[in-house]
Amino acid sequence: MAEIKTSATNGAAHQTANGHGEPVTFLEAIKQAIFEEMERDPAVVLLGEDVGVYGGAFKTSEGLLERFGWERVIDTPISESAIIGAACGMSYLGLRPIAEMQFIDFIACCFNQLTNFVAKGHYLWNAPAPIVVRGPSGGGVHGGPFHSANPEMYFVHTPGLKVVYPSTPYDAKGLLKAAIRDNNPVLFFEHKFLYRRIKEVLPVGDYTVPLGKAIVRREGKHLTIVSYAAMMHTALEAAEALAKEGIEAEVIDLRTLLPLDEETILESVKKTNRCLVVHEDTKTGGIAGEIAAVLCEKAFGYLDGPLMRVTALDTPVPYAPPLEEHFLPNAKKIFAAAKELARY
Amino acid sequence: MKTDLHKDHLRKDKDLTRQQYLDLYYYMRLNRAVEDTMVKLFRQNKIVGGLYSSLGQEAISVGTAYALEKKDWLAPMIRNIGALLVKGVPPRDIFTQHMAKYTSPTLGKDGTSHFGDLDNLHIVSPISMLGDLIPVMTGVAMAGRYLGQKIVSMTWIGDGGSSTGVFHEGLNFAAVQKAPFVLILENNQWAYSTPVKRQVPIENLADRAKAYGIASYIVDGNDVVAVYRTAKEAVDRARAGDGPILIEAKTMRMRGHAQHDPAEYVPKDMFAHWKQRDPIEQYEKFLLEKKLLNAATKKELEEKMEALLNKDRDFAEASPMPPPELAEKGVYCTGDDCHKIAAKWERDKSEVMPPKSNIAAVWKVAGFGAGQGSGGKNAPIHFGDTAAAEEQEDNEAKLSPKAPTKVVRNGAAKTAKVRAGKAQR
Repeated sequence: MAEIKTSATNGAAHQTANGHGEPVTFLEAIKQAIFEEMERDPAVVLLGEDVGVYGGAFKTSEGLLERFGWERVIDTPISESAIIGAACGMSYLGLRPIAEMQFIDFIACCFNQLTNFVAKGHYLWNAPAPIVVRGPSGGGVHGGPFHSANPEMYFVHTPGLKVVYPSTPYDAKGLLKAAIRDNNPVLFFEHKFLYRRIKEVLPVGDYTVPLGKAIVRREGKHLTIVSYAAMMHTALEAAEALAKEGIEAEVIDLRTLLPLDEETILESVKKTNRCLVVHEDTKTGGIAGEIAAVLCEKAFGYLDGPLMRVTALDTPVPYAPPLEEHFLPNAKKIFAAAKELARY
Repeated sequence: MKTDLHKDHLRKDKDLTRQQYLDLYYYMRLNRAVEDTMVKLFRQNKIVGGLYSSLGQEAISVGTAYALEKKDWLAPMIRNIGALLVKGVPPRDIFTQHMAKYTSPTLGKDGTSHFGDLDNLHIVSPISMLGDLIPVMTGVAMAGRYLGQKIVSMTWIGDGGSSTGVFHEGLNFAAVQKAPFVLILENNQWAYSTPVKRQVPIENLADRAKAYGIASYIVDGNDVVAVYRTAKEAVDRARAGDGPILIEAKTMRMRGHAQHDPAEYVPKDMFAHWKQRDPIEQYEKFLLEKKLLNAATKKELEEKMEALLNKDRDFAEASPMPPPELAEKGVYCTGDDCHKIAAKWERDKSEVMPPKSNIAAVWKVAGFGAGQGSGGKNAPIHFGDTAAAEEQEDNEAKLSPKAPTKVVRNGAAKTAKVRAGKAQR
């Protein structure tokens, strides 16, 4: 994956830079969201492993304990099920807990608590659990098979949860704020490759980005590339290369995977008639399959070619750099697939 | 196991009023009568799914829940119908739940005692994955404390459920947070078909409390007064800030895992033994002897109960099934159509907001740092067979002065000598 340029985040429809302030990193944007929400509402608390004195493994909660105290910034034992369970219980009394997974891979440890307890509460007994579960995800940083995963699809298959996966600092902040204010449990994936690699000037003052709405990051007419998170930037990089060959790719950033914004995808594909889905998640059971089904159901007549996908391999995330690079999608693979698709 | 942990309570009835004695009796009788009614409904094929009996365990559900105040929170297990009744759930809700009716608290979306009430009764719905409620109720307790509400939360777990990972995660977290939380461990000696001896290699499941540094009690689960008094003491202590408390109530599941299970794996003499110790029969005998109950009062209670059950059963039977399209609704809270949770602050919010919430974010470790050192004498971790290690017993007592195991045989807690944790080397 190439180093991401700041400019990649600014091709978006939103023009947020107001000329004031310094550009901030993706990580700083997340930190700001938590900080501002805790300032706004004393019902917002944070709990997780090493979130307090240490400020979080990636320093996303640095300084929060100093400001908000032991009752609101809670260092927990290494007990993911207890973290989620307690967050859920707290939410029943009107708190808005943010539960951190030190690495999102560990969310597997509280799978039951999330999918059986938290997700079903509202449907079964009218008990929404307004919690946010957030944590660093994704590969490209040589974290190895237990610190690089993209486990979002386990949860996209779980009615009752919302799954958010931002790609820019602006979205990270706005979506996290929206997630904290949402009345449903929201899983918030933070791609750690992006933490310190992208910067953006954020607007002064409060703003949110609505959950469940995708965004067109680049307009084009020859094909649609649907992506999210770190791969969105790789897709934009490939789109620039394609443009030099006269292929104008439209790039959609999903931002939220559940609920999926079918409308934005359909609108684009009805225009370009071709769709390529790019994700860093493994291939089988990835969101590309779901998007393919949606297009077949709702835009079959518009398609000039097969839905194509560029994804990670169907393997665990390997550790050695050459293996991991081979495992991950990249701009070259996207470029090749897009060129093939454009020929239809 | 020892089974002679009963009867002495008969002499220790001072702290309950006559009305309270009768309440305990009424709720145990109601618990059993509700279940008897459901067995009939089950045999008439009117119960949609399974039916799980708490026969013989009524004293635990009723005695523990009766120790809670109205504002407190509980989360039942599937067999804790008595606890729901005590908390104020009408039998109607239990019937309609089992019959999957549209009038049930979950509108037919779930059955049995799988329902809750966040607003009024403060009940959290159970799920079938055992142990999950322990961290959830820990969170409830922590949130209550945070909001200044002075509540206690309570849930139940079985001998079987105490082997789950989340039991450990939850109880440890509750302990380290000193959450006002009471966990009732109903040792009914069977996890479906597996006897407790094949699940855990220890005699008393309450011993596990020691590993969490929390207080525990062992109580005769067939003695409702002993159960109540133990639970009351635990609830009071938890409310006062002693941290979570584990109560092991020893009892016997007098039916199979569910209605379909004849429990042929249980030795017959075991059933016979425990039948002699039926919690309701024992208690009724006691009340009659003590003249707390007479034939007229008993009749009055029975009539009241029968009228209530008939009315509620008729209501449930006459209720419609949910419309099929309901299956599509309610996955998400969309704003207007769902429950609105708002924190009820009973302390000044400014206490948890800057500047009052500002602190120095540093760990203070006893015996270390900032010139406060004791030369290692009070250090919490010792290496090897040193003089300091010999002091461990003392240190342990100092660190957790309120964590003895109490054995309750007779409605009043006696402190058992804490077996000192000699360092295992």
